[in-house]
Parts: sequence; C-alpha cells; structure tokens
Amino acid sequence: MTGVLPVTLEEATKVVQALLYSGKEYVCVMKLHADAAEENVKRVLAEFEDLIYQRPPLRASVKRQLRTRRIYYLNFLEMDGRNVLFQVGCEGGTYIRKLCFDVGEVLGCGAHMQELRRTRAGPFTENDSVTLHDVAYSFMQWEEKKDEKTLRGFIRPMESALGLIPKAVIRDSAVDAVCHGASLTAPGVLSVNSGIRQGSMIAVMTLKGEAVALARAVASTDEIMDMEHGIVGKAERVLMPRGTYPKCWKSGEA
Amino acid sequence: MPKTVAPWEIKSEILVKAEDKTDPHYGHKPEERPVDEYVRYGVINLDKPAGPTSHEVAAWVKRILKLQGVGHGGTLEA
Repeated sequence: MTGVLPVTLEEATKVVQALLYSGKEYVCVMKLHADAAEENVKRVLAEFEDLIYQRPPLRASVKRQLRTRRIYYLNFLEMDGRNVLFQVGCEGGTYIRKLCFDVGEVLGCGAHMQELRRTRAGPFTENDSVTLHDVAYSFMQWEEKKDEKTLRGFIRPMESALGLIPKAVIRDSAVDAVCHGASLTAPGVLSVNSGIRQGSMIAVMTLKGEAVALARAVASTDEIMDMEHGIVGKAERVLMPRGTYPKCWKSGEA
Repeated sequence: MPKTVAPWEIKSEILVKAEDKTDPHYGHKPEERPVDEYVRYGVINLDKPAGPTSHEVAAWVKRILKLQGVGHGGTLEA
C-alpha cells in the first residue's frame, strides 16, 4: 500500500487524533473472481455509497465490533477484464479490503483488493507529498548548507493537519487558560467557522494562526455567536505549551 | 435523503464575533517559528513507498531527522 501518510514530528504528534478520524481518499484495484458485466459492477459499487457496516478484520488492533462507516463517494474509473479501478472517499477507519470483499459478495462472483493507494488523508493530498528520498536528501542538504528554507520546504507546521477542522479564534488573553486545560468561554472567542454543532471537534487558534488546543464544542456556531458568557468548548488536547502567552487569569477562573 | 458530503467538499465561512489585536511579543506565526521549534511542531506529508509498514516508515523518518519521537496519521497497511 502506498500513498499519503502524514508523519507527525515530536510535539506535533498531539494532532494525530484530528487526523485519524478525518476523511481519506483512495484509488483501488479490485480483482473479481469471475467475469462480470460492467453495468453490474457499477450498480453494485453505487450501492456502497453513503452508510455501510463493517467489522474490523482480525489483524486490526481495534475492538472487533460491527460499526457503521460513511462512504462519501465511490467512483468507478475503469474495468479491464476482471480488474476494476475505482476511487473512494471515506471516513477514517474504513477497511477498503473488506469493502472489496463485500462488493464481491453482492456481485456474487467474489472479489479481493489487489492494490491500494491513498490519495488523501484529511487535508493532505498527493499533490504536495514528499518521498523518503526527498526527506533524506533535503535533510542532508540542510546539514551541509544550513539553509533553513530546505527544512521548511518539506516540513509543514502542525496547523496544516487541522485544515479540515472548524476553528475558533480566541483573544491573546484567553490563550494561556486554555493551555492549562480551562474551558473556552464566549467572551474569549473572536471568530468561529460556520457549521459547528454541539459535540463537534474544533481547533482553538490564536490570531497568529497558532493551534492552542483541540476542543469539543458544547455549543453550535449560532449559539457561540449569540452567547455573551458561558462555556463554548472543552479542551481535549492542549497543543501549545503553557506560558507561550501571558497568564491573564486568577486561579479558580477561566 | 441527501448524500453525506466529504469534509473537503464542505464550504465553511468564518463568522466574526469581535475584533482584537495580537501581541507580537508572544508566540509566532507557525511558518515563522524558529527552526528547531518549527521541526518539533512539524508534520511531513509523506508519500509512503510499498513494502514497509506505516510504523516502519515513520521510524525511518525519525532516524533520518534524528528525532526523539514521531507519529503517523492513519495506518496504510497491506
């Protein structure tokens, strides 16, 4: 299996939670176990769009319970003999191997996943991915010439992993409290993305674009905009070190 | 029933509740972090080769860059 694999460095590993549940896109070669008509293959693939059921395979290190997964799109690309090429956009944690097996079952002839390439993981796509060779070569260039641009060229700031997460931008005065795990309150919020619902994961950001924390919204976008006081989100993963911004709160307050 | 939309197909707007300034003495714009900090709070959009596991590939990146720890965003396994 090849393709987009976001690798988080040191402290940035804290954003992994945001990536694991973000959507993925793959291009897949499925091998049918008998000949099938193209229109049947297309019809069956279309049936797997939207909500599907899956139980993780034996070798996966997750609890093997039946769970639902969303298939955002399943696009038939081409068919050559018993090889079917398709593109699929899906929720994180969807097993494409199982999807191919199940498509084969519904088609009646059986099928397996022959090859898989991930073309997207959350906000990261193939368009600007780098290879291990690029990493090794660029790092060697950095060690020799000490030109910072080399390192900054192939490494993205951790905030780039949060590209698809709705944001709440907060005042400087609210930052350090959130770094200490305090809940985010309405007066601290400067702006907010549309589409936030109660329970959504949100990224709390500074005006400079730095990620402060991953939080769970307890209010919707409209509520956050209307509220004059009260809690709008609970920090789940603090990303910024304490003391980056000055302490503007007394103990016992948020 | 409307089909589920992929997160990258959702158009979202920013709604401004209040305005404020940020103090240039604290923090940095992410792209302007001093280089060691930039790396320690960095992510690589890696194109994984066939063969090794995602974990092995991440471990190689750690070794090449001489870091203490790395993670990866979603296993890409056989």
